[in-house]
Amino acid sequence: MKLHHMTVSQVADRIRKREISSEEVTRYIIDRIKEVDDRVGAYITVTEEQALAKAREVDRLIGEGEALADIAGVPMALKDNMCTEDIKTTCASNILNNFVPPYSATVYSRLDRAGGVLVGKTNMDEFAMGSSTENSGFKKTYNPWDLQRVPGGSSGGSAAAVASGTAFFALGSDTGGSIRQPAALCGVVGMKPTYGRVSRYGLVAFASSLDQIGPITRDVTDCAIVLNHISGYDEFDSTSVDLDVPDFTRSLKGEIKGLRVAIPAEYFAEGIDPHVKNTVMAAIKDFEKLGAVCEEVSLPHTEYALAAYYIIASAEASSNLARYDGIRYGYRAEGFKDLKDLFVATRSRGFGDEVKRRIMLGTYALSSGYYDAYYKKAQKVRTLVKQDFDRVFDGYDVVVCPTSPTVAFKAGEKTHDPLQMYLSDVYTIPVNIAGLPGISVPCGFVDGLPVGLQIIGKPFDEGTVLAAAYAYEQNTGHNGARPQI
Amino acid sequence: MKYETVIGLEIHAELCTETKIFCGCTTAFGGDENTHCCPICLGLPGVLPVLNGKVVEYAVKAGISTNCSIAEFSKLDRKNYFYPDLPKAYQVSQYDLPICSRGYIEIDTQDGPKKIGITRIHIEEDAGKLLHDTDDGSTLIDYNRCGVPLIEIVSEPDMRSAEEARAYAEKIKSILEYIGVSDCKMQEGSLRFDVNLSVRPAGTTTLGTRTEMKNLNSFKALVNAIENEKARQIELIESGGEVVQETRKWDDIRGINTSLRSKEEAHDYRYFPEPDLVPVVLERDYVEGLKSELPELPYVKLERYIREYGLPEYDAGVITASLPMALFFEECAGIYSGEPKTVSNWVMGELLRILNEKGMEPAQIPFPAKHLAALLELVDKGTISGSAAKKVFTEMFETGEEPEVLVKSLGLLQINDENELKAVIQAILYANPQSVEDYKAGKEKALGFLVGQTMKETRGKANPQVVNKLLKELLGK
Repeated sequence: MKLHHMTVSQVADRIRKREISSEEVTRYIIDRIKEVDDRVGAYITVTEEQALAKAREVDRLIGEGEALADIAGVPMALKDNMCTEDIKTTCASNILNNFVPPYSATVYSRLDRAGGVLVGKTNMDEFAMGSSTENSGFKKTYNPWDLQRVPGGSSGGSAAAVASGTAFFALGSDTGGSIRQPAALCGVVGMKPTYGRVSRYGLVAFASSLDQIGPITRDVTDCAIVLNHISGYDEFDSTSVDLDVPDFTRSLKGEIKGLRVAIPAEYFAEGIDPHVKNTVMAAIKDFEKLGAVCEEVSLPHTEYALAAYYIIASAEASSNLARYDGIRYGYRAEGFKDLKDLFVATRSRGFGDEVKRRIMLGTYALSSGYYDAYYKKAQKVRTLVKQDFDRVFDGYDVVVCPTSPTVAFKAGEKTHDPLQMYLSDVYTIPVNIAGLPGISVPCGFVDGLPVGLQIIGKPFDEGTVLAAAYAYEQNTGHNGARPQI
Repeated sequence: MKYETVIGLEIHAELCTETKIFCGCTTAFGGDENTHCCPICLGLPGVLPVLNGKVVEYAVKAGISTNCSIAEFSKLDRKNYFYPDLPKAYQVSQYDLPICSRGYIEIDTQDGPKKIGITRIHIEEDAGKLLHDTDDGSTLIDYNRCGVPLIEIVSEPDMRSAEEARAYAEKIKSILEYIGVSDCKMQEGSLRFDVNLSVRPAGTTTLGTRTEMKNLNSFKALVNAIENEKARQIELIESGGEVVQETRKWDDIRGINTSLRSKEEAHDYRYFPEPDLVPVVLERDYVEGLKSELPELPYVKLERYIREYGLPEYDAGVITASLPMALFFEECAGIYSGEPKTVSNWVMGELLRILNEKGMEPAQIPFPAKHLAALLELVDKGTISGSAAKKVFTEMFETGEEPEVLVKSLGLLQINDENELKAVIQAILYANPQSVEDYKAGKEKALGFLVGQTMKETRGKANPQVVNKLLKELLGK
């Protein structure tokens, strides 16, 4: 197997056994980025020097016989909305094109301490708003399986990097599906943990009550490994939950006999590509073959989740993004007349169309006189969606459904129809609305393009979700294929 | 026509916590520009707030002390508006569920005590400060104050005059200082007032249209602004005009107030629950615990001083105005075997005089209260004279030494020995035959002169009562 197709556990094992040095692996990956990334476009920033320095440090520690973590020396990538001290963090927005944070996100500090080697920051939809990475203010990212197509989004750069062999794992952020949908479209594993499981400190906020960081990896084992490192209470994030973090790799047993699997009828109704539907139905058959009990259930408020999401997420975003005013950092428009003009010109030119669209939506939804009709009502819908899941989880261990209604679409196909683009997240959004853990794992191909299977669990029960995903992966072999690039 | 003024106050008080409301930066006043800041209070991309527990504690204490009910469940909200001193472009505050509500305090008015209702007390963060460079017209920003915790105390429109507003504001200040939640340093802006004011024909009950004046930072400004705005509104109505609901700006130097922005120009703050923070849930035990920690409040103490120590109301008022002063008095009166009024005389007289002279706060008295008690005992026992005691007291401020030690080192022991004094007096009488004659001829004044001479001879150490007695005896012979 080519080095760049290996998993985290395979590479880390070789580094630990000193069969290959971290510096060699890192050099190899940097070279590979130079070779393929002008076609894929996964990276905004490549941190070659820092990466090689870090790799040499890990090699030195291994040489001194230090016991290192299971990701030590392994090249990784971060979505460019996670703050990295002294390394540019742009959110793929012109308004932050020159922003170099003086501090690091908790997830990065944790991975760095464990010996992870950051090779770069990945492309994304501007401020994580989008489903194709086409809303990046800087560049396009293409799907490694078909360079005419999008990688999904908003963590499209992270998913494309893992799929194209330019990082062994990456972190993404998921507000409405932004880890799972690109993972599905790029044929890799992506998990959104329970809201509160992973610290958001240092993640540039899109929608605070929905954002959650998670791993994008080549298999379920790697997902559990990375999740182990980034999970847990952080005193700098009041919404992170002070719960013990189990070793998620211990959940990976390959055995799911008797697992109670709910199949929500609403997720197979109109709008789904029939080939995707068939692929997912086949996956459900595989679960039954493995001894799981699969039954159809109803999540009746599903159809309202998307609308509620676009109100809540946009409302929070309108406030979260208000700080980009040209005063302290980032882009400032030139030639302003007065203070108001400085604000207006900076924000009009600094933000892209989709971001401005959502700021307007959110500002409207929070406006005096409209608050009750929109924001408050959306919060009520949120409660109903959550109650739907609560009821199902009274009788079932996991919910299984498609991650996205289609496979990767052609670049430019949906850019002029925001509503069509929004529908691409229709199966992932309810999971954020309810704050649940969800994973997308590869479950086959339609016309040579990967299809993702979504497994949703109870709050803080990532273990069961990973166990189900692992059993499926190990017994079906759907995760062996890698794009030729 | 006669008019009635209706006034409500919003008081912003900076809390004297060590650190800011959402980060670990110091709240210390001053400091070089932008040195008391970190990524969190600067609102850099990606940061999150963590609520300082002391802020909740202090706000609850303020609520308890103003008879408010304390919310078991409250939350923080974002108040959104653009301004360069507000780095997140929203202020974290409380909107519909404040931490304290429905309280009151009592103020003294000409017509006796009056209750002023408190609508609510909520917590919020302060903003930075703009520094306008007059030389080149540019504006600089200092974010040191950004994230310093505030409470906003909102009153009911219960005040009817500038005097009542002042009495209310002063009482709030004294309570906050007493319970130690704010240092209320007005010159540093840690106490600021917003005035809501309307007028209406006396005897009517519907409220007139009100205006708001923001950021008054002295009692004088508060009173002047109220008088000025009241006169402006009455004049406007008298001349057939109408008061417009608006925010006005009081210029304390020029003594005028001008329109800042109209109701139509008012911001839509788009309040919504702060998603980066969890709600504040307070257990009953927590609130009860804080209640038991609170010191006796000034007005309760004042009444007790009158009742328990028999102090005149004036004395009780002066002493209880400052908590360290009151504690000093109480400790001293507890040890001293004489009358509490004697202690009060010394505290109000010598102690306050020297503190004022030295520009010191009551908290800085350099000796313990038991030293003053011991000094007073020495006077009572006749060990030293009253005038000597004043010298010792002054010296205690310098050295902090015990009075017994100072009496000796200053050589101030009073002479009570009759034989010793007799010898001195006889010499005085011998040297002043004219005065002796005068006294015997019925001139009482001469006795005073002879006492004075004796005191002079003993350098003030003779016990004047004993000298008086001996002189009369000797002259009577």
